[in-house]
Amino acid sequence: MKDIKICCAGFGGQGTLSMGKILAYAGMLEGKEVTWSPSYGPEMRGGTANCHVVISDTPVGSPVVTENASCVIAMNQPSLDKFAEVLADDGALVVNADLATYNGEKEVRLLSVPANTLATKEFGGTRLANIVLLGAVVYATNCVSVDFVDSAFEHVFSGAKSKFVPDNKKAFALGYDFAKSL
Amino acid sequence: MAKYLMKGNEAIGKAAIEAGCKYFFGYPITPQSEVPEYLSSELPKVGGVFVQAESEVAAINMVYGAAAAGARVLTSSSSPGIALKQEGIGYLTNASLPAVIVNMMRGGPGLGTIQPGQADYNMTVKGGSNGDYRNIVMAPASVQEAVDMMMEAFDLADYYRIPVMVMSDGLIGQMMEPVSFDYKPCKELPPKDWALTGMGEGKKHMVENLVMDADECEAWNHDHFKVYNAIEAAEQDWEDFMMEDAEYAFTSYGTSARIAKTAIGILREKGYKVGMIRPKKLWPFPIKAFELHDAKIKKYLDVEMSMGQMVGDVALACGDASKIEFYGRVGGNIPTVDEFVAFGEKVMGGDK
Amino acid sequence: MSIIFKKTRALTDLKMHYCPGCAHGIVHRLVAEVLEEMDEDKNTIIAVPVGCAVFANKYFNFDSIQSAHGRAPATATGIKRVHPDKLVMTYQGDGDLASIGTAEIVHAAARGEKITTIFINNGIYGMTGGQMAPTTLPGMKATTAKAGRDPQINGNPIRMSEMLSTLDGPAYIERVSVSTPAQVTKAKMAIRKALEMQKAGLGFTMVEVVSSCPTNWGVTPVKAMEFIREKMIPYYPLGVYKDVTAEEGK
Repeated sequence: MKDIKICCAGFGGQGTLSMGKILAYAGMLEGKEVTWSPSYGPEMRGGTANCHVVISDTPVGSPVVTENASCVIAMNQPSLDKFAEVLADDGALVVNADLATYNGEKEVRLLSVPANTLATKEFGGTRLANIVLLGAVVYATNCVSVDFVDSAFEHVFSGAKSKFVPDNKKAFALGYDFAKSL
Repeated sequence: MAKYLMKGNEAIGKAAIEAGCKYFFGYPITPQSEVPEYLSSELPKVGGVFVQAESEVAAINMVYGAAAAGARVLTSSSSPGIALKQEGIGYLTNASLPAVIVNMMRGGPGLGTIQPGQADYNMTVKGGSNGDYRNIVMAPASVQEAVDMMMEAFDLADYYRIPVMVMSDGLIGQMMEPVSFDYKPCKELPPKDWALTGMGEGKKHMVENLVMDADECEAWNHDHFKVYNAIEAAEQDWEDFMMEDAEYAFTSYGTSARIAKTAIGILREKGYKVGMIRPKKLWPFPIKAFELHDAKIKKYLDVEMSMGQMVGDVALACGDASKIEFYGRVGGNIPTVDEFVAFGEKVMGGDK
Repeated sequence: MSIIFKKTRALTDLKMHYCPGCAHGIVHRLVAEVLEEMDEDKNTIIAVPVGCAVFANKYFNFDSIQSAHGRAPATATGIKRVHPDKLVMTYQGDGDLASIGTAEIVHAAARGEKITTIFINNGIYGMTGGQMAPTTLPGMKATTAKAGRDPQINGNPIRMSEMLSTLDGPAYIERVSVSTPAQVTKAKMAIRKALEMQKAGLGFTMVEVVSSCPTNWGVTPVKAMEFIREKMIPYYPLGVYKDVTAEEGK
């Protein structure tokens, strides 16, 4: 398997970093080499937040995804404008259609997912929009198998937080199925 | 063995606890603050003590006290904070006290930036405190290696009675990778029969730092250098990466070395016979690696997140500064794989 | 024949290097006698300073460490946290405690670190040769304030006992002197009280000793003792500045 390099970007508070963490966790459970690296600093307080996830069969060299990304996830317009260029020619661009529109000149494999709308309809709020997008990412890249995403939820939300698992799984399936229908 | 997906900073804290460290004294600074944050909640669970000191200066002097008292003790910081700790590092070294000091480097100089850097090589490897001295300096390139090196660091510190620096950078501190923890002592450790424990019915112990007599002070220096010589003989450590048939060798450590690995993979696909000598300890510097490979290496490609602070040691190790080409990024910028590939092609110039 | 006086076992037999008329010797002996009387000398670890008392570790006959300049309270913190069952002390001069180590003493006190600090205040830098100290009195001559300390130029002295007693961490702070036999007796009682309160785990304790430096003051030992009484004590009044056991009684 070629390295799968993913760049997640959004506003602070949109769950960008935790979306990447679920992905890395699922990759680890599947027995793959994974890295998750955040941009850190003042942007964690309401500015842009982004993280890079690399999933591979061999030890990961550079954990930083600044070129040839297999997938770019843009949770909002500024992130899309900034990171679309990182995408590889055969990469998948996953966009939160409620907050961003791709107007780039380059032809890309575009998955426009109205994650806020889908999340609000199902859960009455946008809190799980990141996980809806994650479903689309996994469908588009096949970077980890769905079973391992489900067990990643169980590991990340353990103990008192286990009550969050069913909704996360549901949100993930929502995004996955939506992407499949595109 | 159980694997955890952990941030480098937290994994370092856990590794310290697994290695039997129960004392941490430190001060917050980006990008290492997760180390004190993690240990503030985890150390009390194992009967340990966490103190947020009033300054880096106080923290390293608390380390000095705890080390003198016979404990395994840790402090951590990032570049400007490590600069502040230099006085105490010199005192620890002079008093032959074991301690582990983590530096999650950021760009400098001065307040610099909070983004990753590798520009503390000179301060740490050459010595940022006064006087003639050495510290063991370990340079992990992954979260797992940071964990393993932390555990080894405590053993080396106790074995040689010397401060050990674990020098990484903000990227490895902040990133998450799967890690497992398996502490097995790497040395048979001598008893700390010199520690301050209250003399009881035994002899009085003194931890001293001032030697008024010049000859006596000179003798102290020579005694320390006997230890340094033993360390240089026994503890050089490096990774040979694709060096079997290499005619060109990258030299790099830590984060820039892992980026170089990806670049080397691409250059190999293009047909270049290129590998890397990656020092895992920066002091003692792995001179033996160069003795092993130098005859067949046409050029060294030194890549760092500094202006070339390691180049001098590569030159001393290979004996020919003209064989070294350098490429670096600074100020918190992380070099890209493409930059290293382009640098490699420029240096090797189609020599496949 | 009965023994009515003997040297305390908590001091070594080494000849002290202090100048004639310097009070370090008196205070060393008081600390050592109190520890022996409490039978705690073998259970004590002391952090000594940079300054004239840098070699105090050689004179005290119990475990000791030479600290970096001003950092003894931090070093003692490290020791006490590892050995909470030992008595841990610092012994510091005015440059060490009130100038270069101000942050360390303030925060050790604020944390209520269970250590005992003996603070020797003689208003001058001794070891380096008579430079201005943070506690040098206005008008007092120093090699870095040759015309005498001018607060407009050199700033004002610091009263450490008063300052530290405003914090919640200290359990006991007293300023004493050793310029008369009666003061020496009182100083010994203060040191005992501070160490007993440390032993009881009540918090940070400090005894400030208004002391002499005939060599750098440029006077005879006798005149130095007079100077303490006539000039130093009016600026640095003796007394108890903090005592949590007395506060409980109120």
